[in-house]
Amino acid sequence: MLKKKELSINMGPQHPATHGVLRLVLELDGETVVKCTPHVGYLHRGTEKLGENRTYPMALPLTDRLDYVSSMSNNIGYCVAVERLLGIEAPARAKYIRTIMAELTRIANHIVWIATHALDIGAMTVFLYSMRDREWILDLYEMVCGARLTVTYPRIGGVRCDIDQEFMDSCYKFIEDFPKRIEEYETLIDQNRIWLQRTVGVGIISAADAINWGLTGPTLRGSGVAYDVRKAAPYDAYDQIDFEVPVGKNCDVYDRYRCRMDEFRQSISIIKQCLDKMPDGLVLASEAPPYDMPIGKPRVMPGHPMGEILPGELVEEKVPFDELYSATEVPKGELGFYFVNDGTARPYRMRIRAPSFVHASVLPKLCEGSLVADVIANIGTIDIVLGECDR
Amino acid sequence: MDISSFYGFLGTDTTDFILRMIIMVAKIAVVIVIALLHVAYSTWFERKIIGHMQIRLGPMRVGYHGLLQPFADFVKLFFKEDIIPSSGDRPVFQLAPMIALFATISSLAVIPFFNDFVIAKNMNVGLLYLFAMSSLSAYGIILAGWSSNSKYAFLGGLRSSAQVISYEIALALSLVGIMVLSGSLNLVEIIEAQQKHWYGMYVVVQFPAYILFLICAFAETNRTPFDLPEAESELVAGYFVEYSGMRFSLFFMAEYIAMIIMSCIAVTCFWGGWTLPPVVMKALPFLAVVPGLVWFLLKVYCHLFLFYWVRATVPRFRYDHLMSLGWKVLIPLALANIVITSIVKFLF
Amino acid sequence: MTPRAIAELIQSKFKPEVAEITEFGDQVSVLVNKTRILEIMSFLRNSSELYFDYLTDLCGVDYQGRKNERFEVVYHLRSILHNHCIRIKAAIPEKDCKIDSVVRIWAGANWHERECFDMYGISFTGHPDLRRILMPDDWEGHPLRKDYPLKSDLGEAEWKGFKEVLETVERNKKYEVR
Repeated sequence: MLKKKELSINMGPQHPATHGVLRLVLELDGETVVKCTPHVGYLHRGTEKLGENRTYPMALPLTDRLDYVSSMSNNIGYCVAVERLLGIEAPARAKYIRTIMAELTRIANHIVWIATHALDIGAMTVFLYSMRDREWILDLYEMVCGARLTVTYPRIGGVRCDIDQEFMDSCYKFIEDFPKRIEEYETLIDQNRIWLQRTVGVGIISAADAINWGLTGPTLRGSGVAYDVRKAAPYDAYDQIDFEVPVGKNCDVYDRYRCRMDEFRQSISIIKQCLDKMPDGLVLASEAPPYDMPIGKPRVMPGHPMGEILPGELVEEKVPFDELYSATEVPKGELGFYFVNDGTARPYRMRIRAPSFVHASVLPKLCEGSLVADVIANIGTIDIVLGECDR
Repeated sequence: MDISSFYGFLGTDTTDFILRMIIMVAKIAVVIVIALLHVAYSTWFERKIIGHMQIRLGPMRVGYHGLLQPFADFVKLFFKEDIIPSSGDRPVFQLAPMIALFATISSLAVIPFFNDFVIAKNMNVGLLYLFAMSSLSAYGIILAGWSSNSKYAFLGGLRSSAQVISYEIALALSLVGIMVLSGSLNLVEIIEAQQKHWYGMYVVVQFPAYILFLICAFAETNRTPFDLPEAESELVAGYFVEYSGMRFSLFFMAEYIAMIIMSCIAVTCFWGGWTLPPVVMKALPFLAVVPGLVWFLLKVYCHLFLFYWVRATVPRFRYDHLMSLGWKVLIPLALANIVITSIVKFLF
Repeated sequence: MTPRAIAELIQSKFKPEVAEITEFGDQVSVLVNKTRILEIMSFLRNSSELYFDYLTDLCGVDYQGRKNERFEVVYHLRSILHNHCIRIKAAIPEKDCKIDSVVRIWAGANWHERECFDMYGISFTGHPDLRRILMPDDWEGHPLRKDYPLKSDLGEAEWKGFKEVLETVERNKKYEVR
């Protein structure tokens, strides 16, 4: 008696290829995936709730823990959002520094991405090559702020401390030498027949579908949509920098890979321009809120910058709710912060629109009907970090 | 099969028989000990090679440049707890790694290491025996996947059975050209047949078959890029996911011995075994002082290096690509090679 | 189009539905009635001059005691084609805590709505798979509601060894750099 039955396997939450604690329940018919159900939330730490109970500067370190491989970008996204909310303008030098940092982070993130993606597909050497180069960027981080992973270097209204000439020189050296490293990765996988077989035509999502599912970042651009927050709604120094947004056209894993490889080169060009144009001046706005501001009963008059806290004085009248959505382009896509502010030093509502969360939701669409091996390629290509997905 | 030669060693004289038995047992012991030492050091060699290819050092702590690392690993694995899944099929679970190891180890019996040093000397079905043993080791893998009662292990076992069956055919077919040219299945005779030509190595005339054989050898031994049965990122570890300690190391040894066996077959059939080409010997006659074993091992080490080199370089195949490569490319090419070789042999 | 113009267009099209238009900086939010939300959203998605093809974000907000209707579901829409954006909000009373799902318009709303359900208990009618997403399936309560306790009432007996940690912190305070 033959009975056909789908084999259901549980991939994750502890699995070498699910990039953290993503859990996929796969229904398999032979090696073909019939149904794929992602389960997230294993890393839920209630960041939004925590943010609502902290002052704006105190919530900043929480954002490091969202996407821990590109913590600097998250910090910048948060700071830009709070600056827009409170009407603080960061000094020009700080903006340029932040742009450099954001692009360094983009490179570091894409390095981790290419490393893990290639490792998942089986190319082990790329992993070790790229981890060597990530060290380099982490050293640059360390040089500028002393921390390597969870940096909290940007501040609301600027950055914590100024960069020095030594950092500038190291940075110049980095952008000079790094293109050779990109070529090294490309030599290993770019034209490799097995790599092409594993990536070309796999995980196809059309441009219309990609937009409809809310994909952003290189995952969207691989489908040929040139949507980039840096261009659509510039922040920091991006409006004064000349760069291109690489797009793919075949909507598959390989094009998304090419997009990210091209972004390496664009990021290097952005860093170079920023270093060349680096203005002098302060790195922290004078009206920036102090980061050790008390959590007690800070109340700010509506319209006033955060610095002017009325000591212990409650604003009794119902203040209007200010709402602001601010998006920045982090390496993984569009990181949005939505604040509802009721005039106190704490956000009434802090919503984090995490790209990884949206990207993880598209996995069933990408995976169903493909092979088990493609699930791995698809998890790699959408570039998710579960810390950000689960918040 | 020539029966008289196979039972020839029994002889009529009892002392002669006992003497032959002692020599035989000593030979087996020497070969197995040396093979296991090779396994130990081929892991070290692999880690060093891949380490240096990946801009790191590999093992450095145990002994000079990690030379004692294999023994440290062995001690660690030996003293680890032997975990058997409670819902698994206990006897089969225990048997599977042994099948895998013994099937591969018994392949060593027909490999000629140097001038007539073979355990089963007059085995005139040598190549067939090797194929049989390498298929037999697939049983170990399939049974391991089955008896673990784990879905990942099961998938790994299934993949492995499909892979080994598909590539077995191409592997055997790729060597038919050698059989046609040498007119024998006995590995010693294959080497002797190569010596009759000035080039002394069938790789010169059978180069496509050599490439086919290498590809199939990678697949047979489950090495990258064909390591789907144990694909780390998909199936975690594949068929041996539930194994630990000594049983795991039996699988490990089986894989490395299989690699060495495959290298040995390649060296014997295509590179003239322990011999050097006559043209080289004529030009540099002083090379005759070097024992044949040195050449043999050097050639084997080169092949092992190739295994490691490929592992450090290429990604992993996808299951369907693997199958289509095996059936649609390798088998037709191997068949074409047989036809062409036969025609050429017939004409000249 | 500027956000203001978009808001006015929505107002002219769905006059009785639009309750309030607020502005902060260059961002405009339109508060609409939840009854015809699906209709408004389809209009925004499909009309050629607006063409909001990209649902940036969807989230809930709890205004307990601060507004007449307790919850709001906030939609951030963006048109990649026209590069303009708008914020649509739908007020949801506590008693009738549900709203039509927009998954059929934007597939990406799927997980956002699940999260909103998980965190606020707002149920989305017509959602294909409304389950908890970030919290465990058997979790009680909706954590982002304002009346959800931030900390349990166990005090310092919260977990074993908590007191010791507090004492250590107290002891080490003198080493802190001020």
